[in-house]
Amino acid sequence: MNELLRILLTVVGVLLGVMTLAPGLIWGERRLLALWQDRCGPNRVGPFGSLQLVADMIKILTKEDWIPPFADKPVFIIAPSIIVTATLSSFAVVVFAPGIAVADLNIGVLFFLAMSAMAVYSVALGGWASNNKYALLGSIRAVGQMLSYEVFMALSLMGVVALSGSFSFGDIVEAQRDLWFCVPQCLGLAVFFIAALAETRRVPLDLPEAESELVAGYHTEYSGMKFAMFFLGEYIGVTLNAVIIVALFFGGWHGPWLPPVVWFLLKTLAVIGLFVLIRASLPRPRYDQLMEFGWKALLPLALLNLLATGAIILARGG
Amino acid sequence: MFSIIRTIWHVFLHLFAPRMTVPYPEKQRELPPRYRGRIVLTRDPDGAERCVACYLCAAACPVDCIALQAAEDVDGRRYPAFFRINFSRCIFCGFCEEACPTCAIQLTPNVEMAEYDRQYLVYEKEDLLINGVGKYHDYNFYRVSGMAIRDKDKGEAEGERPPVEVQSLLP
Ligand code: SF4
Ligand code: SF4
Repeated sequence: MNELLRILLTVVGVLLGVMTLAPGLIWGERRLLALWQDRCGPNRVGPFGSLQLVADMIKILTKEDWIPPFADKPVFIIAPSIIVTATLSSFAVVVFAPGIAVADLNIGVLFFLAMSAMAVYSVALGGWASNNKYALLGSIRAVGQMLSYEVFMALSLMGVVALSGSFSFGDIVEAQRDLWFCVPQCLGLAVFFIAALAETRRVPLDLPEAESELVAGYHTEYSGMKFAMFFLGEYIGVTLNAVIIVALFFGGWHGPWLPPVVWFLLKTLAVIGLFVLIRASLPRPRYDQLMEFGWKALLPLALLNLLATGAIILARGG
Repeated sequence: MFSIIRTIWHVFLHLFAPRMTVPYPEKQRELPPRYRGRIVLTRDPDGAERCVACYLCAAACPVDCIALQAAEDVDGRRYPAFFRINFSRCIFCGFCEEACPTCAIQLTPNVEMAEYDRQYLVYEKEDLLINGVGKYHDYNFYRVSGMAIRDKDKGEAEGERPPVEVQSLLP
């Protein structure tokens, strides 16, 4: 009974935490972006504008939820929910602090990779069902980009897995007690970070949305709550990738003085801040540059990293 | 590669730069005196209406938002019987001010004239006419023009020579 209660509490806690952090991120990002662009950002509703989110929510919930007559209706409706479900379920395998995890699977990393691959469906189906050329172009780009970067994303994590000898998040964090993996795996971290940017379709790698070329890419035809789902999906994705980076490269909950969960949260917020900072500073590359960079630079880097890690482990352990 | 990291660092430093945004209602920006805001009709230094209802402003207005009706008083001075500006159409281009021969119509730096109801944006003469001279302190059209009014005949304006008797010029 107690065990069941604990699990339930964790599930609710994680869900609540993510579902407040991700939308809060929308406000946080707008505020941070504004600060980095010498503006003020939303600062009117509530203290420091923190209730802006509520205002946005009311606005988006009361908007007309329009399904274009030429769209493929069932697919059009399902598509946005896939991305939210897929990204949310990835949080199940993350260990936030010793004992605080929904399910510390022994294949956690694989589960995360599988779920982030699921998100591709959402984007692809959304663009296809919209029956709109901009949406389709956006989703073609999204599929190409996400599938390619998926490869390096997985490869860049394998160094960490090799070092810790486990796919489970709990074991990986535990293995970083003395030395965070961002030091021996700095190459892997760089590759993973860029791949994460591409996976979440964030500026500067937001080619699937690219307002200046494609209206809004794959969610051109979406409005109201369905658009909000895509939007939320993106922000949950950002949170997820930040959480993964913290868990795999920055020692998860390890840190002096403060309780483990607080450390985890602080590190996550810092990584999210870095995501936003990059959005504030870099322009969007051309699509062929993006692909070329992925296959000709990141893939060899990730492979090299994996090879070197393996060689060192072999040389050390014999 | 290095330039990318440098860019990110420089953008980060902007966190501590002063904000460009002026938080408007709390902090007002100082508008220059020639700013093109709310339109007023001014009076000459003697306190009489400057506008002579010549329709030039209405003709110059690109959006046709000025309507007026000329009339003449007992002194022989022309004045607008009504003068109406529809500020929901006005684009504050200032052409009316440039067209006006008497410096009557002037744009001021006041910009706070928002309304919830469009009807209230139609300003009548009472709303437009002010008790001052605006930007031109000494200008009085009737004092410098050759137009004859009650206490001033032709040739009596400032710098004006008496009218030439045309017939006396005949050979
Ligand atoms: S400012 Fe321009 S638009 Fe407005 S009344 Fe004058 S001429 Fe017309
Ligand atoms: S405001 Fe000036 S331009 Fe317009 S009618 Fe009066 S005198 Fe003429």
